[in-house]
Amino acid sequence: MNKLWIILKREYLTRVKKKSFILVTLLTPLGIGLIAFVAGYFASKAGKTEKNIIVKDESRILNAENLSSTYMQFTFSDQEIDALKKSYIADGYDILLYLDEKPNLDQQRIDMYYFSKDKLSLPTLESIERRVSRAIRSYKVDQTQIDKTLLESLETSVNLENGIASDSDEETEGSKASKVSTIISTVLSYGMGFLMYMVIFIFGSMVMRSVMEEKINRIVEVIISSVKPFQLMLGKILGVGLVGLTQLGIWIILIIIIMTVVGSYFTPESMVTPETQMAMDRVQEMNQDGDAFANILKEFTALNWWLILPSFIIFFLGGFLIYSSLFAAIGSTISDDLGEAQQFMLPIIVPVIIAFVMIPAVFNDPDGPIAIFGSMFPLFSPILMPARLPFDPPVWQVLLSILILIASIIFFIWLAARIYRVGIFMYGKKVSWKELSKWLFYKG
Amino acid sequence: MQNILSLHNVVKNYHNHKAVDEVSFDVRKGSIFGLLGPNGAGKTSLIRIITTITGADSGEIFLDGEKLNLDHPSQIGYMPEERGLYKKMKVGEQLMYLAQLKGLTPAHAKSNIKSWLEKFEITDWWNKKIEELSKGMQQKIQFIATVMHDPKLLILDEPFSGLDPVNTNLIKDEIRELHRQGKSIIFSTHRMEQVEEICEDIVLINRGKKVLEGNLENIKYKFKENIFKVEFDGQLPYDISRETFEVVEDNDAHLLIKVKEGHNSNELLRTLIDRNIIIKSYQEVLPTINEIFIKQVEN
Repeated sequence: MNKLWIILKREYLTRVKKKSFILVTLLTPLGIGLIAFVAGYFASKAGKTEKNIIVKDESRILNAENLSSTYMQFTFSDQEIDALKKSYIADGYDILLYLDEKPNLDQQRIDMYYFSKDKLSLPTLESIERRVSRAIRSYKVDQTQIDKTLLESLETSVNLENGIASDSDEETEGSKASKVSTIISTVLSYGMGFLMYMVIFIFGSMVMRSVMEEKINRIVEVIISSVKPFQLMLGKILGVGLVGLTQLGIWIILIIIIMTVVGSYFTPESMVTPETQMAMDRVQEMNQDGDAFANILKEFTALNWWLILPSFIIFFLGGFLIYSSLFAAIGSTISDDLGEAQQFMLPIIVPVIIAFVMIPAVFNDPDGPIAIFGSMFPLFSPILMPARLPFDPPVWQVLLSILILIASIIFFIWLAARIYRVGIFMYGKKVSWKELSKWLFYKG
Repeated sequence: MQNILSLHNVVKNYHNHKAVDEVSFDVRKGSIFGLLGPNGAGKTSLIRIITTITGADSGEIFLDGEKLNLDHPSQIGYMPEERGLYKKMKVGEQLMYLAQLKGLTPAHAKSNIKSWLEKFEITDWWNKKIEELSKGMQQKIQFIATVMHDPKLLILDEPFSGLDPVNTNLIKDEIRELHRQGKSIIFSTHRMEQVEEICEDIVLINRGKKVLEGNLENIKYKFKENIFKVEFDGQLPYDISRETFEVVEDNDAHLLIKVKEGHNSNELLRTLIDRNIIIKSYQEVLPTINEIFIKQVEN
């Protein structure tokens, strides 16, 4: 046990102290922060270029009040349109808006004209169109003397919510997924699945390279004369696993800090651009009440984090242990170059890729047969169970999956150790599958 | 005298061949013991069994009177034939790591390593990376890694392979020094001439089986062929009796003459003197281990 700890410590410290590790660990969140900052900066810059719009309204049905917006200033002018065309830029306006006829009440469509030095972006155009159309609508309502409350009562917004089958609706209210939370879950699900996929490849192949290095360097026999092969392999896997957890932990902490800093630098108002305005309008249409930002935040925090986070860490470690022990076994069979590894790496890569392409099937039908099978089968579950977690799978399924996972970890580490102890002493011989299976039954 | 290591009928099978076949021998405490055999004879398989890297299929092994168990690796210093170090690690870190795996406390490890570095006058290497060292320098570190935990038994598998003459001598001197301190050393090699210089006792194995065992000098006497080397002035005595003697080798400087069975060297000497040949030197030639080995294997 003590020797395992010494090995683990070396495997961990030599990696963590490497310049490349420190750089990647610190620069990745900084890079993400920088991208967020640049994106935020441009977004806020775009928002701050307020459009000053001068309106020549022959019909006199528009007014500043129902056109107003945070980033568009509407001013009305009585001058002749030809005079305005010449002078609006000099007077400090960006856009000249011209409505030449009074729309009659039956009219479904009117044409307006704008004059601008620059071509207007589609979102800006759409935004102006929506505002004018709303103003005309309210003018029509006034003209036809329709009862406003009657009109409003005609409008029914349909919001499809996730129904709950059980009788104890009230108790499970917290887990009810609204449409926004479905979007959040999907993004989160994909994100976690992808993270697992990356972790398996990056850290799994790190274990494999390390095993190969020891074998090719010929230090392995020196070490094995002091410790058991199993201790060396396990120490290596656990050490690299801790490196992965360290990196992930630092990333999460740094990203939260950086995002908070970047976020505080850009106030929500400064982020209001034609684009975000539209997106927020849409979110607001879906959730009648409250402000959109608050809504996303609310749904995000409403997720069952007490289930998601610990389970994610368990599956993270489980997936890492299973795959890295397989990678360790492969590494031990290789005596000189990576090319040899290909034939054995394929069967490991295939399940990872299958699991990865199954992610969409999981969030399309989080409780369907594919999702349930995928989140139980131990070679898939480390990727697919985290992908299911945001959709609040039944707790017993999560627990069962974890049990299967733990049993599989033990099995795969045993399997890998059997191959490893023979493989590390085999030189100059290409290993076949048949031979590999024989190794499993060699006596110690 | 007590034995540091005893093997009784040790057998190890790999799936298609017998690597070690009923091998028994004893290594005296404080001796330098040669484990000899051609490539593929089973030397490394035997060593891996002694170092507990693999287990024997049957047979018994005793280290210092105790049945071989998992506490023993820390009492053995093993320098494998295929050896290496972590290239990116510093000398100090590396030795500290290996010493702790042998069960030394960090403080104990540090003081042992420092005294070895002082002995080789390389204390300033502590913070050097292995990859910055030449091959010979790396071998010194490898040697320190083998002996730093003060093992009862040292096993050196082809210790001079890849070493230049200077470093070979340096390691040889260290082996002799450790021998003087009373350490037991097993020296495994297929290069027979190295054995004659260093070893007291040997065991010779071929194809997994023990061929010969015993004190080096005794073995040589046992296998001697009554060949005498004669240097002389004067005419070659071509007419000496072919029934009694046989000229094995004839060149300008000397003759090698074999005295056939039933006769002795005095008869040869008398014959030469009778012919008035001026003898400058006269000496019995003992067979080299290499010759003995080839003979044994051919039989």
